[in-house]
Amino acid sequence: MTQRNRLQGGLIDRSKTISFRFDDRWMKGHPGDTLASALLANGVRLMGRSFKYHRPRGPLSAGSEEPNAIVALRTGARQEPNTRATTAELFDGLTAQSQNRWPSLAFDALSINDRLSSFFAAGFYYKTFMWPAAFWEKLYEPMIRRAAGLGALSLQPDPDSYDKGYLHCDVLIIGAGPAGLAAALTAGEAGLRVILADEDPLPGGRLNAERLEMGQQASHAWAAETTAWLAAMPNVRLMMRTTVTGAFDHGVYGALERVSDHLPVPPEGKPRQILWRIYSARAILAAGATERPIVFENNDRPGIMLAGALRAYANRWAATPAKEIAVFTNNDDGHRTASDLAAKGVTVAAVIDTRTDAPKSARYEVVAGGTVTGTSGRLGLKRIEVTDARGQSRRIDCGALGVSGGWNPNVSLTCHQRGRPEWDANIHAFVPGGTLPEGMVVAGAAEGAFSTHAALHAGARVAAAIAADLGKTPPSPDLPQAEDAPVSLTPFWHVAGTTRAWVDQQNDVTAKDIRLAHQENFTSVEHLKRYTTLGMATDQGKTSNMAGLAIMAEVAGKSIPEVGTTMFRPPYTPTAIGAFAGRSRGTEFRPVRKTPSHVWAAEQGATFVEVGMWLRAQWFARPGESHWRETVNREVLQTRNSVGICDVTTLGKIDVQGSDAAAFMNMMYCNGFAKLPVGKTRYGLMLREDGIAMDDGTAARFAEDHYVVTTTTANAVPVYRHMEFVRQCLFPDMDVQLISTTEAWAQFAVAGPNSRKLLQKIVDADHDISNEAFPFMACAEITVCGGLRARLFRISFSGEMAFEIAVPTRYGDALMRRMMAAGEEFGVVPYGTEALGVMRIEKGHAAGNELNGTITALNLGMGRMVSKKKDAIGSKLSEREGLNEEDALKLVGFKPVDAQDTVPAGAHLMTRGTPVDAAHDQGYVTSACYSPNLGHHIGIGFLKSGDARMGEVLRLVSPLTGVDHEVEVVSPHFIDPEGDRLRA
Amino acid sequence: MLIDHPLLGPRDAAEFVYKGDAALIHRPDGAAEGALEAFIDYGYLRDNPAGTHRELWFHEQGDRSWLVVTRDTVTHEISRVELARDVARREGRSK
Repeated sequence: MTQRNRLQGGLIDRSKTISFRFDDRWMKGHPGDTLASALLANGVRLMGRSFKYHRPRGPLSAGSEEPNAIVALRTGARQEPNTRATTAELFDGLTAQSQNRWPSLAFDALSINDRLSSFFAAGFYYKTFMWPAAFWEKLYEPMIRRAAGLGALSLQPDPDSYDKGYLHCDVLIIGAGPAGLAAALTAGEAGLRVILADEDPLPGGRLNAERLEMGQQASHAWAAETTAWLAAMPNVRLMMRTTVTGAFDHGVYGALERVSDHLPVPPEGKPRQILWRIYSARAILAAGATERPIVFENNDRPGIMLAGALRAYANRWAATPAKEIAVFTNNDDGHRTASDLAAKGVTVAAVIDTRTDAPKSARYEVVAGGTVTGTSGRLGLKRIEVTDARGQSRRIDCGALGVSGGWNPNVSLTCHQRGRPEWDANIHAFVPGGTLPEGMVVAGAAEGAFSTHAALHAGARVAAAIAADLGKTPPSPDLPQAEDAPVSLTPFWHVAGTTRAWVDQQNDVTAKDIRLAHQENFTSVEHLKRYTTLGMATDQGKTSNMAGLAIMAEVAGKSIPEVGTTMFRPPYTPTAIGAFAGRSRGTEFRPVRKTPSHVWAAEQGATFVEVGMWLRAQWFARPGESHWRETVNREVLQTRNSVGICDVTTLGKIDVQGSDAAAFMNMMYCNGFAKLPVGKTRYGLMLREDGIAMDDGTAARFAEDHYVVTTTTANAVPVYRHMEFVRQCLFPDMDVQLISTTEAWAQFAVAGPNSRKLLQKIVDADHDISNEAFPFMACAEITVCGGLRARLFRISFSGEMAFEIAVPTRYGDALMRRMMAAGEEFGVVPYGTEALGVMRIEKGHAAGNELNGTITALNLGMGRMVSKKKDAIGSKLSEREGLNEEDALKLVGFKPVDAQDTVPAGAHLMTRGTPVDAAHDQGYVTSACYSPNLGHHIGIGFLKSGDARMGEVLRLVSPLTGVDHEVEVVSPHFIDPEGDRLRA
Repeated sequence: MLIDHPLLGPRDAAEFVYKGDAALIHRPDGAAEGALEAFIDYGYLRDNPAGTHRELWFHEQGDRSWLVVTRDTVTHEISRVELARDVARREGRSK
């Protein structure tokens, strides 16, 4: 296969020839090519099938606005669907597959959809597939989903990495065309910190696509020279292959840099892409303009493209879709395409200009006042039907047709905040309007100044103004002479009387669909968009919105600005989810926090469980144990019979100090803390201001002005935040200071009848921890292991005689090993979170399952704890009538009537004989486990008037899991209800 | 979004946790007459202005200051940032 449509010249590197594959054909191209330009050079116009009708399609554009030429790049795990062939840079060995066709691009079975198009008109899914209703889910939807859509995923993990980065600058310049380059030159010379970003690998914008003189040199040469000049400035950062995707508040921009997309695989140590967050004092939007097509019958055949794109392929990439072309235009710019292609030796069959006063040409035929009224060629354009000003039609053979309906300023980023484009009647296009993002100014074609001269001077002018504003002396850079042609255009949007004329080629929306939507009363432009899906494809309608609006205006008998405006949202072009995820994937999804005994536990073969960001030991299986419950039962029984140790470092710890610490504690907890004696610990219940339980834990008083608060693992951060709110916002003059010490102390629960004996071998002898000297709820600052400072608390979550011992974190591992050695004579076991959970359920202690955001102190059976004698957060609103009803939920225990039955958490309780529905619901089970001490399953949960219903047998139901059996209401304290063990 | 922290200068909004209306500073006295009504108003009734709004932000990934940020809810323009503690004192809160 030769490059039969390769022209002379261009900005490609002909010294190297590279190979690439499209479907099953290998072809040749050159560095500097895009996939689309190389395919065109090889005589390939057909590159894809359309979304809905599977129509054969080729490229419409030569840039990121492309709706049609969308392919899958690469193979295997790197396969990337829905990539624009018009922006994919060619590299040696590139493979690309066409999409949305079967079995092949040239013969696609689902192109039958095109014949059935009357069933797929606007809103077809509300009409065609309505009956019978049952068919929707099973037949219609899967069928439509299969037929429609774009590329497929590889379903393999992406082997590449993606990074996130942060940059700061005085001025971000978006777009490196003539306006952007002139702006960068001015701002750079003024000494500002400049970032110049452009999605293209080659700076210059249209300067590379045109055959223009700038001063004494070609426009692309001026761009290259200027870029080299900028690259030498230390205060200017050039970011090519970087799309500014969004404009956010306060001068923050998102940008995607494609670091390695143009290479077969990323270089060693390099990411595939970087998502930048750019903080800018000012921004200059110099994003240029996008050409818009004219809508006519069968205007979507491969070979029909934007006139400016045809010109770009010829001038920059030395490629043409055909040797014989025609142009259909309503403005002078179309003629530029004709003369540029003619200069490259391409035959220009005709220029069809809708204007009766169209400029004449000596080199090609001009059909003034003419229109294109039809096309033919099944897989690529063969000829067009032209109707002249007198209404006479004839056919003209051509393999490509350049279409120009004028140019739209690229206003996308001006809309990302509150900008609303405004109609400019002079250029018949929308220009930036409304309030632009803070700090943004627009220059060049993006604001409707289309000539090269105007763009250069606008760029320099706005950059100079910014420099002056930021306290720099603006230079006056030497700008070259450049063309300054006025816009000469007579609006012409679509050829009348069409049946198959495409407005939005990516979403397959026709002019007829728009008329139909209007006929069905979808007259608001927002409704039109959603009903027809116009402009809602991945290209956001960059080439289609204007024609849609114009047709809408015509059928509604209004002007275009009366109908509405076009709106764009971030991202500017589709952005891979991987770029947003960055490095946060797999095990690096978020930081992992390990407990001080983690290494020791791993050595023991512990199984770990994620608790928030923490990894905690879930259980410690021993050889021969075949099921996790066997392990957990052993850990529970051995703890209750002798002694067990659990790492409880993850519980939040907050140090509260200051002369007002007691008053502060009294405000934080619904129960009293001011009178807690020094050396004592107390259970505390913290309420939200609305009276709902927020968190619980213990607080120890080490001195008159010093408390240590513990929180649940999950609430360590929210509780600290809440305490700081109370301290800073509500009681700013309280003398109290807070600090989170969760990571500072390694803390272990030592539980069971032999816990004291074990700790007596650890705690230094001058600290008496006998029951008399150190009773239940005592706390003290002590030393262990010969002088290491430590804290000891006589508190118990398990219900056994128990202690919690804390040492500075760096000693946690050593203390765990020391205690395990000391406990050997008692058969000490480590226990994990499962055994911890079993023991607290056996004891009836509330935890996260119970503090579920709906539960009050009253529900927990702690109603009397809410002190009426003092003001505390949440105490007043807990008096609300709705939280104090006669039959309020109360925490109770449940045991199955048939000892074989389970008591699953989440199951609901019904009074026997009543219907199973929400109206008769009596409560629900919150926590459940198998109790190895009782030999059957148990549960705790909330039951209406539960405390008055001891012994009642209820029906436990969970229709989703098929549970329906009887349970008896019992005290939630299954073990040692009198608390004798605690105090032993 | 950027919040110009009075002590630390401009910081990205991602470092902060939002709470809500700065009127939350004016917590009623729980011991006062009619406190329940006052608390219901405090807890549930908020203005929802399209325009200038004073709100509480917590610099959780920073110095752990609570701030009162005056922000236009329509434009996101931030016109004033103060330490909540200073605002609370000025508006009559003590201990």
